Amino acid sequence: MSGLCNHSLELTGLAGDPASPVHRLDPRAKIVGLVAVTVVAVSTPLRAWPVYVACAVALVLVAAAGRVPPVTIWRRARVVLPLVLFVAAFVPFLRPGGAEHHLGPLTVSDAGLAVLAAVAAKAAIGTVSAVLLAATTSFPSVLRGLEGLRVPRLFTLIAAFMYRYLFVIVEEVHRMRIALAARAYRPRHVLQAGAIGRSVTALFLRTYGRGERVHLAMLARGYRGTMPELAPLRLGAADAAFIAALAGTLVALRIAIGALA
Amino acid sequence: MTCAIQARDLTYRYPNGHVALDGVDLHIEHGERVAVLGPNGAGKTTLMLHLNGLLMGEGGLEVAGLPVERGSLDELRARVGLVFQDPDDQLFMPTVREDVAFGPLNMGAAPAEALERVDEALAAVRMARAADRAPHELSMGERRRVAIATVLAMHPRLLVLDEPSANLDPRARRELLDVLETIDQTLLVVTHDLAFAAELCERAVILSGGRIVADASCREVLADETLLARHDLELPAGFDLARIERRPRRALGVHNGERCSAFSTSMAPCC
Repeated sequence: MSGLCNHSLELTGLAGDPASPVHRLDPRAKIVGLVAVTVVAVSTPLRAWPVYVACAVALVLVAAAGRVPPVTIWRRARVVLPLVLFVAAFVPFLRPGGAEHHLGPLTVSDAGLAVLAAVAAKAAIGTVSAVLLAATTSFPSVLRGLEGLRVPRLFTLIAAFMYRYLFVIVEEVHRMRIALAARAYRPRHVLQAGAIGRSVTALFLRTYGRGERVHLAMLARGYRGTMPELAPLRLGAADAAFIAALAGTLVALRIAIGALA
Repeated sequence: MTCAIQARDLTYRYPNGHVALDGVDLHIEHGERVAVLGPNGAGKTTLMLHLNGLLMGEGGLEVAGLPVERGSLDELRARVGLVFQDPDDQLFMPTVREDVAFGPLNMGAAPAEALERVDEALAAVRMARAADRAPHELSMGERRRVAIATVLAMHPRLLVLDEPSANLDPRARRELLDVLETIDQTLLVVTHDLAFAAELCERAVILSGGRIVADASCREVLADETLLARHDLELPAGFDLARIERRPRRALGVHNGERCSAFSTSMAPCC
């Protein structure tokens, strides 16, 4: 179990210098700033490369200020990026337009290549933004930030409980798998998969039971439908400067490029 | 003067018809440490859930000076701290600090006061260093102690622990006993770990089939092998009751210097 926790913390927990100016920012500032980078990159036309470069530079600066090592960013990004790029990789072969190049039996178009390059840039910028947010902001802080940004409390509560109990449930799944394996369960064809189905049912029932017990434990400590807040969030000058520098500059650049086009 | 617990003919039937409590009469004074013993399915957890109004049965029930009824639930939950058997049910916030602050904040404490109470409660269970950690990073023994801190922070008058020694290794069990002996609130320990009860509690009741079937000093109850066997309980093999020294209470918390009138389950009007 500890191995599992360490593994998942390596992929999701804080990274870099926890005392850095970026780590200490209000989570709302980081969410707004880094979501702005993603939105700007996603909404930029295919060949507006200055905007992509500006977004990338902004991310490099944030990573440097937060002292998040490039190798950490790479390790985390490579979990998500291949999935996105896998879909985009087919575009050059399917989309006609511009000059065509022949690679044996396959034909690649210039227009398709341009789409691939732009999608790759957008995906990389979006992924690295998310990775930087997660590396500089703990998951509970992200949720508090989202709440501060008026995301309905119900969603953030569900996410918070999911985060808390994911580890508990994964541990249960792990124990169930060991229990199956200990009784020589090694499914070889689909008809033998029934045991997995029954394990999933058992897991669902246990999780449901746990939900009820957790609710009782909350009521026992005076829960009346709203989660109490320990320390209210406060936006300071540094937070405003971060939003202005990141979101302000990039959005302005994006609008200017859009007007020129 | 009020009692810690005064139950008269308390009866509870689950929606499926199963009678979990079948006329429980129980009287506990402030400052007592009482073990509630009984086999699985005896109604121990059901009784515990009644003590701060999570379940409401028929009959009379007064806890920590308040009748258990809809109008008194908020105050009741502040006065009665329940520690559940599985700490993973009790610890649901992302960090230990937020979890311990949950109760005080619900009671209307200002954040600064809640933080003070967090520090005080974590120090009382020797877990001050764990404030910023996530519950899943703690060992089972540590989680159990943090779970106790989550209710200590609410300054309860009565602390109810459900199977506190379950799943603990000997060292964690010993550390838990060390912590519990310093707690001066009234303690109700629901357990079938008889050795644990012998070390901590001066009084024991046996709950079996939804009824209180024995109520005496812990030593007397545990020495009666026939009684224990009749209710599917037994001391560990080779266990010598005479060699167990009950841990003295460090500070007896008798409120206002008064005591209830009777140390018995007789249904004489209490106090």
